[in-house]
Amino acid sequence: MTALLEVSDVHVTFDGFRAINGLSLAINEPELRAVIGPNGAGKTTFMDIVTGKTRPDSGRVIWGERSQSLLAMSESQIARAGIGRKFQKPTVFEEQSVRENLAMALKARRGVFSVLAWRAGPQDAARIAELASEIGLAERLAHRAGDLSHGQKQWLEIGMLLAQDPRLLLVDEPAAGMTPAEREHTTRILKSAARTRAVVVIEHDMEFVRRLDCRVTVLHEGRVLAEGSLDHVTRDARVIDVYLGR
Amino acid sequence: MADTPRRSVLRDHPSVLWFMALLGVFTLAVSILAEGFGLGVISTSLVKVLGMTLCLCLLAVAMDVVWGYCGILSLGHFAFFGLGGYAIGMWLMYARTEILVRESLAAGTIPPTEAEVAEATAAQIFGVVGSSELPAIWSFAHSLPAQLALVVLVPGLLALVFGWLAFRSRVTGVYLSILTQAMTLALALHLFQNDSGLRGNNGLSGLQNIPGALDVPQSVIAMWFFWASALALGLGYLAFAWVVSGKFGSVIRAIRDNEARVRFLGYNVEGYKLFVFTLTAVIAGIAGALYYPQAGIINPAQVAPIASIYLAVWVAIGGRGRLYGAVIGAAVVSLLSSWFTGGGAPNIDLGFYRIVWTDWWQVILGLGFVLVTLFFPRGIGGLFDWLVRKQ
Ligand SMILES: Nc1ncnc2c1ncn2[C@@H]1O[C@H](COP(=O)(O)OP(=O)(O)OP(=O)(O)O)[C@@H](O)[C@H]1O
Ligand SMILES: [Mg+2]
Repeated sequence: MTALLEVSDVHVTFDGFRAINGLSLAINEPELRAVIGPNGAGKTTFMDIVTGKTRPDSGRVIWGERSQSLLAMSESQIARAGIGRKFQKPTVFEEQSVRENLAMALKARRGVFSVLAWRAGPQDAARIAELASEIGLAERLAHRAGDLSHGQKQWLEIGMLLAQDPRLLLVDEPAAGMTPAEREHTTRILKSAARTRAVVVIEHDMEFVRRLDCRVTVLHEGRVLAEGSLDHVTRDARVIDVYLGR
Repeated sequence: MADTPRRSVLRDHPSVLWFMALLGVFTLAVSILAEGFGLGVISTSLVKVLGMTLCLCLLAVAMDVVWGYCGILSLGHFAFFGLGGYAIGMWLMYARTEILVRESLAAGTIPPTEAEVAEATAAQIFGVVGSSELPAIWSFAHSLPAQLALVVLVPGLLALVFGWLAFRSRVTGVYLSILTQAMTLALALHLFQNDSGLRGNNGLSGLQNIPGALDVPQSVIAMWFFWASALALGLGYLAFAWVVSGKFGSVIRAIRDNEARVRFLGYNVEGYKLFVFTLTAVIAGIAGALYYPQAGIINPAQVAPIASIYLAVWVAIGGRGRLYGAVIGAAVVSLLSSWFTGGGAPNIDLGFYRIVWTDWWQVILGLGFVLVTLFFPRGIGGLFDWLVRKQ
């Protein structure tokens, strides 16, 4: 079986600083993968590269059955190819209602004229309602997203990610600022999404990672330091040295 | 749950209905009071001013969509408006001059050939810039359908090409504004030249005389254009309200607030901007084509960058991001402006100083703009939010 996403030997420098330094990793479909590592390890930058936000200096990023190079595609093309992303700092459209945010994310044709003609049909409304109850915002559909709490914005962004129905979900620190009960809920959503898709989760909270119960990749200084089960990587002396032991 | 899909634009946006009703009442009132078909309380020149104001309102609505909704502070939309005016002005001027030339040549003994008529018409139009050749861009000036097509095509294509180049290289924010201003300046400077083919700084004149209706009194023609302007504003308002109401409106407002994020949702941001920029340029052109026959004259000064800056000021004062705000801003500020600068406001002699409104109006407008931006970022339109909330 070939991987859904294959990143090989990628290098990125920011003003001479090597943020990503020979990064290689592969994600299968379906799969749930946790990515951990110290601050500045390059975890977010990895997602930036996959989603087209940052262009690497060298290396390859290959996607799907047809082995397309994501490096040749724009951000919106990559998103349409089936890669969805939740940002570290929740970014929703604050001036618009929760419903409008979800409707924009909803899987549908993205062209100018299709969108002009689009009006929410019964299935769309039902899907939005379903998503909203899944993320606990059913009562707030008509509210401005900017009026939500930090945690609720996190949820809304997760809802938008699910609405896109992507093949690969890149989720950057979903549990930050959440209560234990909310974390539990997030774990359930991510695990259920990962039954049919590829899900990559960046997280610092080891308890959260343990509950995800999946393969773990440890990044350090822009490359993979260790990979395997959580127990395997947490026993690795180098991982303890750079990350866990601090 | 109380979620009704397929809601109509009108139900979602009661302001659209209100606007249509007010526009209808206003149009009816002017028709009854004006000279053309009514009581004659309103002079023909005032009818023209009101008709022109309706065109400016339509232009402001277009500006609001491109700036207030999509976040592109274009300083080129008055240029698109002017291009629409030039396109229709060429036909008005050519066709009318040709009629006059035929009349005067008919006095001779032998009937003139078509070539002679064309030559004499060209000489008549371009004598002021020392030429008698009809420039290539006047090739279709004899044809009303062709020039009407150009009203749409010239601003549309210019916006399409310019927008494609600018948006593709992801020029945004103030840099984009500067770029649009440079485009406007280049266009105005080109038009100022005598060999631009559009009579340099003389511009096109006599546009109030409509070929084919030369015997119709101006009071009646003024009403025709007034109605056409009201119709254009009504239809344009409805069309834009529809465009900004649905998911499309959501996407362009999202582009205004965070275009990078919109890309990660899979939307081709550049395509959306290009569509909005071009569509609003076309509407601006149509508004200009209705405006200048009422103004009677168009010259390059009208296209100069300052006009586009004023347009942005109207929209800011009226209230960005709401269509009726743009209408209020354009109507209030442009009417006040012509009242103050047209000598409507009596100058005040303070003994030691004489307040001359034509000078002070600029200051008032500038101050008003600063005050609104600082204290009422939602503009005059924001007052409605406040009233609705108080209820
Ligand atoms: N656009 C940028 N310009 C300059 N430096 C950058 C840029 N983006 C990231 N960096 C640097 O690259 C390194 C990797 O950053 P990245 O955000 O990927 O880390 P991270 O693993 O996500 O860390 P954290 O756990 O704190 O989120 C950091 O040192 C960061 O300062
Ligand atoms: Mg990070």
